[in-house]
Amino acid sequence: MENFTPISALAGGALIGLSVTVLLLFNGRIAGVSGILNGVFFASKNDRLWRWLFLLGLVLGAWLFSISLPEFNVPRQNYPLPLLIIGGFLVGFGARLANGCISGHSVCGLANLSARSLVATGAFMLSGILTVYIIRHVVDLAA
Amino acid sequence: MKTNVIALLSGVIFGIGLSLSQMINPNKVLNFLDITDTHFDPSLIFVMVGALSVAMVSFKWIRKLSVPLFGENFQLSTKTIIDKPLILGGIIFGIGWGMSGYCPGPVVAGLGLFSLESVIMIAAICAGFFAYNVFFERNTR
Repeated sequence: MENFTPISALAGGALIGLSVTVLLLFNGRIAGVSGILNGVFFASKNDRLWRWLFLLGLVLGAWLFSISLPEFNVPRQNYPLPLLIIGGFLVGFGARLANGCISGHSVCGLANLSARSLVATGAFMLSGILTVYIIRHVVDLAA
Repeated sequence: MKTNVIALLSGVIFGIGLSLSQMINPNKVLNFLDITDTHFDPSLIFVMVGALSVAMVSFKWIRKLSVPLFGENFQLSTKTIIDKPLILGGIIFGIGWGMSGYCPGPVVAGLGLFSLESVIMIAAICAGFFAYNVFFERNTR
């Protein structure tokens, strides 16, 4: 528990809550990142610009934070490439099949009291916990 | 125009939130999922508590509106059935999340840190989207 950061986690979480509130209140849209990213390719032509801008904002926000506090978050290096490639593919495929990811289901969906999102969140967590147990403690693929 | 500015602003706030909470760091996420280890880090739960304590209150209030302030209408999922794709998709997503330590939000935000992993992950996630769309189109014919 040496890296536990409850205060910055709560504060950062509150900002995420504010972000999804702003997008829903003003634009009527759910801030689900996988759905927004998918729509960049598959939504109708006039429904794409705001998606690019949201994603650009996401990059910009992280960049602005990093130039203010450069040591706070440092990109990970030397992580096994197959875990990223296969993992990324499964994240993309699974998010479409489940109709959402963490931001869509576990933040917006739960805030909207959706039973589907509660089930999705449980599936994400249980499956993620089991996978990490296997790759870290059974086959030792990633420290 | 106004909705585009809002989309950008919402993204910026989200990116700062992911940075401050360090959810942009995939190892912190993996340490949350590693519940049996001494490195277990419950921070992610606190991120969700922070986000939901704001969004649950605001969503309840927003739901009373008939239209959003700038947009034309509310686009919320109307599905209520808990079906196989939801559960299977959730499990597949969780496997990928546990393998990489990334979900889509932090992957995109990681571009702001010039993270090479973000570039790889975005390509792989989009490959997953394309595979789903091919698979889905076949199934519905």
